[in-house]
Order: sequence, then C-alpha cells, then structure tokens
Amino acid sequence: MHAGIIFLLVIVGSILFHIFTPWYWTDIASNWQGMDDTITLTFWVGGGVFVAVCLFMIYCVFKFSYKEGRKVEYKPEDKKLERILTWATTLGVAALLAPGLIIWNQYVNVPKNALEVDVMAWQWGWQYRLPGDDGKLGTTKVINISDENPFGINPDDPFGQDDVIIQSDVLNMETNRPIKILLRSVDVLHNWYVPQFRAKMDAVPGVVTFYWFEPNKVGEYEVLCAEYCGVGHYAMRGTVIVQTKQDYNQWLNEQETFSELVAKQNKLKIEENKIAKKIKLNLN
Amino acid sequence: MSDEIENKTGYQAQSSETMNEYSGAAVGDIDYVRPAELPEQDLYHGHTFLTKWVFCQDAKVIGVQYFLTAVFTGVVGLILSWLMRLQLGFPGLAGFMTAEHYYQFVTMHGMIMVVYFLTALFLGGFGNYLIPLMVGARDMVFPYVNMLSFWMFFVAVAVLMASFFVPGGPTGSGWTLYPPQAILEGTPGSGAGILLMLISLSLFVIGFTMGGLNYMITILQARTRGMTLMRMPLTVWGIFTATVLAMLAFPALLVSSIMMTLDKVLGTSFFMPTILKAGEVLEYGGGSPILFQHLFWFFGHPEVYIVALPAFGIVSDLISVHARKNIFGYRMMVWAIVGIGALSFFVWAHHMYVSGMNPWFGFFFATTTLIIAVPTAMKVYNWILTLWRGNIRINVVMLWCLGFIVTFVNGGITGIFLGNVSVDVPLSDTYFVVAHFHMVMGIAPLMVIMGAVYHWFPLVAGRMLNEGLGKWHFWITFLGAYSIYFPMHYLGFIGVPRRYFEMYDSPYMTSAIGMNEFISLAAFIVGAAQFILIYNIIKTLKTGKPAGKNPWKANSLEWHTSTVPPEHGNFGERLPVVHRWPYDYSVPGAKEDFMPQTTPPSEVLNTEVEKT
Repeated sequence: MHAGIIFLLVIVGSILFHIFTPWYWTDIASNWQGMDDTITLTFWVGGGVFVAVCLFMIYCVFKFSYKEGRKVEYKPEDKKLERILTWATTLGVAALLAPGLIIWNQYVNVPKNALEVDVMAWQWGWQYRLPGDDGKLGTTKVINISDENPFGINPDDPFGQDDVIIQSDVLNMETNRPIKILLRSVDVLHNWYVPQFRAKMDAVPGVVTFYWFEPNKVGEYEVLCAEYCGVGHYAMRGTVIVQTKQDYNQWLNEQETFSELVAKQNKLKIEENKIAKKIKLNLN
Repeated sequence: MSDEIENKTGYQAQSSETMNEYSGAAVGDIDYVRPAELPEQDLYHGHTFLTKWVFCQDAKVIGVQYFLTAVFTGVVGLILSWLMRLQLGFPGLAGFMTAEHYYQFVTMHGMIMVVYFLTALFLGGFGNYLIPLMVGARDMVFPYVNMLSFWMFFVAVAVLMASFFVPGGPTGSGWTLYPPQAILEGTPGSGAGILLMLISLSLFVIGFTMGGLNYMITILQARTRGMTLMRMPLTVWGIFTATVLAMLAFPALLVSSIMMTLDKVLGTSFFMPTILKAGEVLEYGGGSPILFQHLFWFFGHPEVYIVALPAFGIVSDLISVHARKNIFGYRMMVWAIVGIGALSFFVWAHHMYVSGMNPWFGFFFATTTLIIAVPTAMKVYNWILTLWRGNIRINVVMLWCLGFIVTFVNGGITGIFLGNVSVDVPLSDTYFVVAHFHMVMGIAPLMVIMGAVYHWFPLVAGRMLNEGLGKWHFWITFLGAYSIYFPMHYLGFIGVPRRYFEMYDSPYMTSAIGMNEFISLAAFIVGAAQFILIYNIIKTLKTGKPAGKNPWKANSLEWHTSTVPPEHGNFGERLPVVHRWPYDYSVPGAKEDFMPQTTPPSEVLNTEVEKT
C-alpha cells in the first residue's frame, strides 16, 4: 500500500509547510487588511476542501484496492447526494465571493479626500507629480513632453502651473492620508506596485488608470513594475517613503513646481544666450 | 485518381431491412437498435509510403503524427524551462544568458506548451486517434481535410521554430504578446520574431479549424448505430466540447494576430496609442492596448478549458476502467463539461482585473468565475465517488489519475483565490499566478496525458509499457512537480513578481533565494524523468509484452476492433452496434466485471444492469 502512504505524506507535508513556512506575505503597510483577511478565509475554506478531497481519495486507495472478486457498488447516480454537494459547494463559493466583492467595491470607490498623485511610467523608470495649492492636477498630453516639460503638462492649463513635479523615482507620502494613484504611461504597459500596500494597477498608454490606498506605516518601500514592459522590466524599480505629516510637509516644501521649473529654464536660457553672446564678442 | 474507386473498402450501404437482419433484432425486440440513416463512408487507402505514412488520411496515423510533432515541441518547451530555471535558481551561472534570452525563453516556453503542445496533443493527437474508434466510425468524416490539418500544423511549428534562427531571435514579449511592447524596440525579437510568431499562430488556427470541423461533425454525424450522445464515453464529450470552444475562441486569436501584424507592418493603430519612444513621438495614435487584451483573453480563457475538458473526459474514463466501477453521475459529468464550456466564454476578463479596464467589470467577472467553480467541483466529487466502493487497480494508469486529482484540486482552489477579484489584486502578476496555472493547466493535464499514454499505448502499438519504469516515471514526476509548484505559491505571497530576469535584493526577498535553488533542482530532475518514458516506449516497441485484445478489460469500442492495433477502417467487415453506455463495470449478476458496449440486452438478461 505504498502509493496511499506517499499520497498521505504529500498532504500532511503540504499542511506542515503551510504552518511552518518562513515565506509569507510582508507586513501590511496600508488599509487593505481586508484583502489579507479574504485570503486567509479562502485558505481555510479552500484548504479544507483540498485536504478533505485528498484524504477521501487516499482512504479509497487504502480501502478499495484491487482484490479478485471484491463486491463493487453499481450505482450510476445518486440524485440526492449530487444535489447536496451542489448546494454545499454553491454556498461555500458564495461565502468566499461576498467578502471579495465587498472589498472590491471599496477598491473602486476612491475617498473624496484622497490626494491625487500622477505616476508617469516609461521604459524604464518612474516620475511623479502632485497637485499644488489649488489641489488639482493640470491636464497633460504625450506630445507636449519635452526636456523643458518632462510631464507634458498643457502650458495653457492654469491648474498645471503650481503642480509639484518630482523628477526622481523616489516619492514621499504622508501616513494615514488616502492616496489616489493616477497612472499613465508614455510607451508600453507598466504597473506601479508596492507589495506592502497590496494594491496595484496597470499603467496603459493612451488612458489614465487609477487605484487608491492609505499608507499607514512610516518607512521606506520598494516600488516594482508588475506588468511586463520589455527587457528592462526587472530593473524598473522605485522607492516610496512614508512619513509623518511634519516630515512630509517639510519634504513637500523643498520640491519644485511646474512654473518654477519653467522660470528656471527660461533663466537658464537667458544666461546661456548671454554666455553665447559673450563668446561671440570675445571671438570677434 | 482512377485507382481510388478500386480502393474503396467495399462496405456498401445497407438498407434498413438488411441492417435489422444483421443485428438479429426487429422493432419491439429488446435488442432492437435503430437502423443506420446514412450509407457507409468510402475510404481512401494509401498504397505508397507517401500516402500511407506521410500524407496519410487515416485518422489514427494523423493522430500519431500530431502526437509526435506535439511531443517534439514539448521537448523544446521543456529545455527552455530548464534554461529559465537555471537563471532563476543560479543567476549568472550560464554566462550566455542575457535578459533578452531569458524573456525569449519565457515567451516561447509559454506559447509552445499551451498551444503547440497541450492543445495539439489533446485534440490533434488523442482526438484524431480516439474519436472515430470511440464513436464507432471508420474514420473522420473528411479524411483529406484532416490530413491537411496536420500538415498545416506542421508548417505552423516549422515557422515557430524558424523564429529561433532569424536576426533578433524569437519574440520575447511574454506568451500574451501584449502590445504595444510586443512590436516595439525594447522587447527582444520585436522585428522578425514577433512576425513569425503571429504568422505561425494564424497558420495554427487555420489548420486547427480543419481538424476541428472533422472532430465535431464526426461526433455529431458519424456515430455508429445505438451510440446515442448520452452513451458516448466522457473522453469524446470532453474533446467535443473543447473543439466547439476552440472553433469559437480561436477566431479571436486569429483576428488579434492579423491586426497586430498590420500594426507592425503597415503602421495601422488597432492597438497602438500615441507613444513616446526615446524622445520621439511614433507615428501611431488612437489605438487601444486593452482591446488586444480583451481579444486575447476571449481566446485565452476558453483555451484553458480547451486543454482541461479533454483531460476531464479522459481521466473520467481511465478512473472508471481501472476502478472497475461505473463513472458516478454520468449525466452530471456531461452537463458539467458542457456547462463549463459555455461559462468559459463569460469569464475572460478575470485575467484583466488590474489591466486598467473599467473596474466595474470586476463584479461581473468575479461572479461568473466563481460560478464556474461549482460544476468543476462536481466533477471532482464524481471522480472520487467513482473510486468509492470500487475495486481499484493501483497500476501506473491509476497513479497518474490520482496524481491528477491532487494537482487539479490544488490548482483549482488557488483559482478561487485569483478569480475573487479583490484577492487577485495583491496576487496578480506574482509567482502565485505562475504556480496556479502550472498546477492546474500544466501539471494536471500532463498527468492525464501520461495516464492516457500508458492506457492506450497497448492499443496503438499492441504492446504493454513496462510497469516498473512507469512507476518510477510517475513518482519522480508527481513528487517533483508538486515540490516545484506548491512552494512557489508562497513566493507570490511575499510579492515576488513574475517575469523578472533577476530577483532583487530587497530584504524581504532574500529568503526566496534558497527556495529558488530548490525549485530549479527539482525542475531539472522532473524534466530528466520524462526521458524514462521515451526509453520505455523505445524498449517496449522492441521487446514489450504483447497486449492482446482488450488488456484492461474495458467496455468502450476502441478496445473491440477486429485487429489490435486497429487497421484502417477500424472495425473490419461490420460496424459495431451499441446497446449500452461504456460504464457497465461490475454489474451485479454478470459473469465478468465488464460489459462491452456491444453486449445486447438479451445476453445479460439475468443481471441488474440499469438501462442507459
């Protein structure tokens, strides 16, 4: 009866692995505890079904292995049993689906007070933009993107002038404040994913996608691209620093706005022109 | 073609009166079976080597041709998976391995295994060999088209393999071929590689359509007398439903392949929005990358069931034969197959919960996806209830079936995680997904394929495969594959994303290094173990024990041919007449523990057989 024993060991081993595994999810750092809880619930129900089915199978292997002349049950159907099993399964599935849908409902309904953050992705990197004092992000267009206007902000849009632009892959956030991530990409699909926040969504060129979360633990987290985007996909990382309100505001004040960038660049241009003129004069 | 007329087998259409004489029964008699409605088929028998073995019109030979070609692609896919695991377990060990290579191997492994290996093997291989035999037909209804179907597949494989040798290599865009990256620089093989892939897929679909028409029409129109739909073996039901799915789903793949080819070659913008690349705006605009995903998964999800349904059907038959017991709940099994097939067209966007599609779709697709779990669970219950109070031969075939149940239930349960929209959010695009689909549509169907090979090899070759070698093959494969994919789920929990050329050094990720090494070692062993089967087959062909007729004491028609292996035309002078379903095993009162489908009621008057 070695076959039954090995199968039994596989099932017992699976349970032990699950109990003692050193590999499990990272400490959650956002409001999506509900996702973890639904996973745990699914583990209990689904794992229970898996173990029960396998144990029943193993029992049959032990109990009914071939013997010449064994009396075998001949019963093509058992309507009642089939009905019970169908309804029990339906109930189990519904019990798992309900919390899943409830949390999805929260996921797609963004709180009104969420801070909008523009996450712009390209092959292969990230940069970010925050609304300025007016609390609104300016509109953008891919064709506006240039060295002078790295985000492609519409120059005529008044909302865009005070936007805080962060030309770096490091983004700071304030704890316990909902963040609405607005994703866009200038080339291919990407996905802005921080494992500790649990949430993710693809960035799709041509449209703006979104999701939200509320970071609730101060710390530094790695951003990963979670949608295959070409040969540099694995290297497309970034960083999120979650800070207290005070630290965050201090960081925010040090950041540049779009109009400041434009002004700086104009100034640079004027100076460049001056230098060029000087050189010209000297040469003459 | 004058000799063609001579070559007709000479089985002539018989009038209904003479038919009744042959079966020795008239209307009102308990052995009465309705007469045939159609005359018998004329078959073209090959004379030369070319018409007999190369451009052959015998579905059985075509089945073996499909099988061998698919196995060849499977071996290529296996070697690619070794190379991937080499990089993941031991980064940098293989000096030649660049990120480009890695992504090309990932892509080709995925596409080969799903389309060119599993689909071709189940439908082209088992479908061709088994459908005419199991429904009691002399051959497929369109043998010539059937032959063309295989050669179209062969050309598709040749084009696919050719992409390894073009400048830039094969495409490295992931098996999902998502635009825009699939056809833009920055993805390996974005030139000739992706074009050859799209052409090969188009050829595959065309070839498959020719085969699929054959499978469907043969099953619907060419069943022998008495073979009602509800007396067909579940294998035939599985293959039939899968073929219907394929005929409806593959056009979506064909359309998306053609559109992407146009985007690439002519610069149309079906899937291409405005794109900024290296500081320049490309000449695309207005297209939708998400549209491609909808088309792809409208094909891609039924594709999962195109592989799974034949496996469901075959494993039901194997379990019933080797447990010496009728399949439990046959009607429920049939309706579950058909129901799963129908539902599989309403769940595709569960692959796209975080794709950026309208998030409200999530509610609908999560609900349909979890509904599909119910008929699937019923099938699992019925398999294990078939074992209950049976008389189970624990032979190699049964071991593969048991291995299937364990891996399929495991993979099915993790499907409930991923189908349940908000649970999918943290897990999608991680190794949890990789582990899930390998368990449920890689390993589980493979277990069935292996069981089917050990089960039907005696019919195809007339010799029994070696049991001892078979057991080694099974245990190494099962235990090895389980220890690859079971722990892999936990990498997904950590958050390790898939399609990463190198794992990263984030503090919480370093614990995965040891597991990756272990998984890679297991993958090398499991892959190598498959050569035990190849050795077993070669050895058996030379010196194996002769199988004789019906070595498993099975009921279905393929074991009751005039010769073993069956000749062209399958059933000798007269087609069999069917009186019962194929699951009358261990009927109380019967002398033997099996009752072939051809047994007329008058021969088993004193048994407690149920009317089927």
